[in-house]
This record gives sequence, structure tokens and C-alpha cells, in this order.
Amino acid sequence: MGPQHPSTHGVLQVVLELDGERVVKAIPQMGYLHRGIEKLAESRTYTQFIPYTDRLDYVSSMGNNLGYCQTIEKLMAISVPERAEYLRVIMTELNRIASHLIFMSSVAIDLGATTGMMFGFRDRERILDLFDMACGARLTYSYIRFGGVREDVPAEFIEATRQFLADFPAMLTEHHTLLSGNEILHHRLKGSGIISGQRAVETGLTGPTLRASGVDYDIRKIEPYGIYDRFSFCVPLGTVGDNWDRYMVRMEEMQQSADIIAQALDQLPPGPVMTKIPKVLKPLPGDVYHRIENPRGELGYYVVSDGSTKPYRIHVRRPSFINLQALNEICQGSLIADVVAILATLDPLMGEVDC
Amino acid sequence: MEVNHTGTNEQQNSELLKKNILLTSMETVLNWARSNSLWPLSSGLACCSMEMMASAAARFDISRFGYEVFRPSPRQADLLIVAGTLTWKMAGPLKRLYEQMPEPKYVIAMGSCANAGGPFADSYSVVPGVDRILPVDVYIPGCPPRPEALIQGMLELKRRIQNPEVARMDKHE
Amino acid sequence: MSKQMISSELFLRLQAQFSPGVTIIGEHFQQALLVESEELIELLTVLKTDPNYQFNLLSNLTAVDYVEYFEVVYHLYSLPLKQSATIKTRCTNDHASVPSVTAIWPSADFQEREVYDLLGIRFTGHPNLLRILMPDDFPEHPLRKAYQFTPDGEKG
Repeated sequence: MGPQHPSTHGVLQVVLELDGERVVKAIPQMGYLHRGIEKLAESRTYTQFIPYTDRLDYVSSMGNNLGYCQTIEKLMAISVPERAEYLRVIMTELNRIASHLIFMSSVAIDLGATTGMMFGFRDRERILDLFDMACGARLTYSYIRFGGVREDVPAEFIEATRQFLADFPAMLTEHHTLLSGNEILHHRLKGSGIISGQRAVETGLTGPTLRASGVDYDIRKIEPYGIYDRFSFCVPLGTVGDNWDRYMVRMEEMQQSADIIAQALDQLPPGPVMTKIPKVLKPLPGDVYHRIENPRGELGYYVVSDGSTKPYRIHVRRPSFINLQALNEICQGSLIADVVAILATLDPLMGEVDC
Repeated sequence: MEVNHTGTNEQQNSELLKKNILLTSMETVLNWARSNSLWPLSSGLACCSMEMMASAAARFDISRFGYEVFRPSPRQADLLIVAGTLTWKMAGPLKRLYEQMPEPKYVIAMGSCANAGGPFADSYSVVPGVDRILPVDVYIPGCPPRPEALIQGMLELKRRIQNPEVARMDKHE
Repeated sequence: MSKQMISSELFLRLQAQFSPGVTIIGEHFQQALLVESEELIELLTVLKTDPNYQFNLLSNLTAVDYVEYFEVVYHLYSLPLKQSATIKTRCTNDHASVPSVTAIWPSADFQEREVYDLLGIRFTGHPNLLRILMPDDFPEHPLRKAYQFTPDGEKG
């Protein structure tokens, strides 16, 4: 199944061993998009690596930028101005909503509901317009930089974001009416692809996939990075750990992200958006590991510096890569059609899986 | 639409037109039909595929041009949009997909990576441009190109299909 | 950001328990426990099962090529106790092998395969140590410092 397939979320190959219609083994074969990003990092400066982080999980580029920039800021003890911290939160949460809308669209189209995909993409365009206003790009931003953000947002951005937040509940209601209330979706998703909380932790699942199995692990809450401890929001949890829970957790998270953005807009202070730092960074020798809660799970960066302008080693802990480990276990005994649903709700992104 | 004049003059043509008759060549009609109804293969590789999907969605809507019928099977597609970075591991499967497509078939290289390897051109696993393994008809620059750019590229392809007599530049000197 | 790093006191206790195979290196967020590969499994099992530690999540597993040696790095997290720890172990170039931790944390599966694929470190006891990202017949381990690719139109 794959690597060219309408439902494998990119260039993923799943080798299925079947007993009739039931899956005995589902082994993911990866590497079709392995671009050698970690090796390329060793021949780029720290700043030059920022655009590469965009292209890992290319649907949540703001989060990738944030994780990497905070890692280097931690290594070099660089502080970030208040306004920039708030803008970072606004951007990453907007990106979370956009990423979950892609998830919703993928689930819809993988199960045959083309209209669901159209709705998701249509509403995501509103967010992409906001990003376009802020930094000129729709998909790969490199907006979050060391010491802050690239530049301040234009005045109309705040107004447009508030307008988007005002329109968002109606959008979510529409999606829920179309998809969550749909009987076919219930039959396809409920009761299939179950993984328990304990097994989920053992297989290394993180993010909404883990929370759907009832495990309360959201890095924004347990180890807040940036200024996430200033916002009040809930962490949706599932109960059964099936496809339905993985779907609903992400739908709920979109609303939570909208709440965070509203709080951030209310608290947004004036001021500079970038600390003064040298043009070319030369961290002291050492290593650092930092992780953030990206829409697909725990995104971690391990950076080793040898004191020069180029990193000695960068390793990216990619949530989609590790989440895919659970594919075989979750698919045991399910039908081929369920494999499609399971892949959709595991939500892997191949740019991130292969790196 | 180009109309080939086959030995008839202006006046004869306008006479025929009044009777709802257009004189042309088979090739022109077929090219016109093909160019207005390209069926792309759903073969997104990386980030550019997101913009490809966005161009198929409601806002940019390539169905205005007749191109929304993405086919999952290469046997039913006539356009291969290579959207994203091509790695050597994927090169074999991609070549097989291209070979399975029936003639006439076209290839669009979408994005920097498909054009020339993009930011990964010096990587050990990346093919520096899809034209290493496939003949490309249209190159669309961008990282990723906006959906409007993809549409422009497809319209460029349409122009090219309708005017096959235009010489193709295979290699740059 | 690193408020919940495991306290130096616990590291010192571990050092006393596993001495001399264990040393504390680095400071603050860079502090890690460096352990001899022979004692790796025992130490990591204690870290997972002992009620004082309960590191039930293997957050990250990777390795670095320091030319004279390889260093394998483990980033652990404890969900019940909300603490994190970094463990490191080393192996030489000609004997690039450490024990696999898949029996302790199944989530090490793909990550160890990735390290094997790109850096060539063997994990003894891994149930399925095969390449995972590069093509199966790729002859090199590209993330090693010795591997340098020059794009001259040929595959490296």
C-alpha cells in the first residue's frame, strides 16, 4: 500500500500481511522522503537551518520554528521580548488550528467525505491569509527567529485575527454537523483502532494520539515553554483510545487553541519583537534538548554545539516518526478499510517521519 | 482555438461558419480537448503537495479549468505533477508511475525541489531535479509555489499542448 | 523551561549505587549521567521500575559521532513524578555497539533503527535491526562524520 496512494498521507508504504480481509501485520516502510536534513544541518549555520525546520512537519511550520529557536535560546540563554512571546503563542496556536483542519480534511477524504475536505481547506485559507499578512508566506514561514520574531505584525492582523476568532465557532459547528454528527463516520471510527493508555506510553505515542487513550500528557501544561503558563485552557482527553477519540480530541483542541489566541490577543503588550543578538551565532560547546507540544505530538530538538558557527549535530525528535511505531499493533485484526482510518487518525506527516 | 485553414479562404470559412461548420485538423481538436481536461495523478511528495491540494480546494478551484479530476491510478491520468522533493529511494517508484501512464502524458515539476533539488540539492539522498529521470514540460518555481502559480503553470502547459509546433528546449547550453 | 530536571541529589544517589560505571557530567540543563554500556540496561531498568524514578516515557533516543567515539543519548521522562533525565553511553568506532533498550521501552524500536541506519551503531538484542530510512542496499552510514557527499551529479 503505497508509496503512491491516495490515503497514505504522502510517500509512505505500508506492507500489509492479510488473512482474508483481516490484517495480520502492517509494517510501515519509510524513507521515501528522507532528505538528509540532519546531515545538511552540519553544513549550515544555526540561522540557515531555520528554513529547514519549516519543511519537516510542513503543516505546522510555526511550531517547528518555535521548537528550534527555543532550543538555541536555551543553549545561549537568549531572552525574548514580551510582545514576541505573545506573537509566538498566537502564531503557533493558529498553526495548531490549521494543522488540525488538515487532519479533519484528511479524515474526511480518506473516508470518502469529499465535502469535509473542502470545508476544512476553505476555513484553513482564513488562517493562511493571516500568516500571509504577518510574514508573507502561506506554508513555510521562518517567522519565529532567535530572540523573537522576524517582524511585528501589521495593524490589520490583530483585527483580522479577532474577526477569524469571531467566525470560528460557527465554522466548528458546521464541521461538527457535517462530520461528527455523521452516522457513517461513527460506524467507521468508533470501536476501531483501539490502543490502551499504557501501551500508548510504552510505544512512545505523544500528542493528541496519546491523549485520546486517556493519558494526560501535554507539554504546554506539564513543562510550559515560553509563556504558556499564563493561559488557561483545557486538555481534551479520550477514554477508549479508538479512532473516534483521536478524531474528537483534535476537534476539541481547535476550540482550546482559539481560546488561547483570544487570551493572547487581550494580553498582547506593545514593545520590541526581537532581542539584539549577533548576526552569526556561536554558542559555547555543549548540548541541549528542548521539546514542545506540536500538533502531532512531542517535537524535540537535540543540538550539539562545538563552539563554531555551524552546529556539530542536530537531531529532531519527530512525533510522527515515533507514532508510526504503533501502526502495526493498532492495525492487528482490523480490516483494510480500517487501516486507512487508522492512518488518518494517527495523522503522520511524511516530511516529519523521514526528516 | 487554433483553426487550420486547409485550402479555404476567408470568405469560404465565413460561409461554412454560418452553417455551424468549423474546419480544422484532428490534432488541433484533440489537443484542445486534452489541454482543457488534464487529469492529474495524485502524487504529492512533500510540502508542495499541500499547495496542490489547496489549489484543488474551493478557494483556488482548478476545476474552473477542468483539472480537478485527480486520479489515484496512473493508468487513468495524463499529467504527473511532481510536487515536492524527489529522493533516490522514491525515484524508482516515480519512474514506474510515469511509465504506467498512457500517452500523451505530461510532467510538471512543481517547486524548487522538483526543479533542481531546492534547499536539499546538496543532500546525499535527494535527486537534484526531477528532470534527471523524467522529461519535464513545465517548471514552476517557488518554495512552495502559491496555488496561483500552480494554476499559471498548468495554463502554460495548456498553451503548450495546444501549440505543439513550438520547439521544446531540452538542454540549456 | 527545565524546571523539572531530575535533581542532582537523585543523580548522586544513582552514581553511588552504580559506581564506578557511572559519572555525572555537565551542569544545569546539560547535566547527564554517563554510564558504561555494560551497566546501561541495569541502570535504565532501575530508572524505569524504581518508585523513586518511574521514567516510563523514553522521550528521545539518538547518537552523536564524536570521531574518536560514538555517544548514544537517552532523554527520559516520568509521567507520574514529572521529572526528566538525560543518560549517555559511549562506544568506540571499531566496536560500535550498545545494548538495545527495546525490552525496557518498546518506543526505542524505530529510534534505534534510525541510529543504526544513519550512524552504524548496532543495538544488540534489537528484534528487527534493519535500515529504516535509507534504501536497504545503501552501503554507507551517512550521518557519520567520515561520510562526505559532494553533489557532482553522481549518487554519493
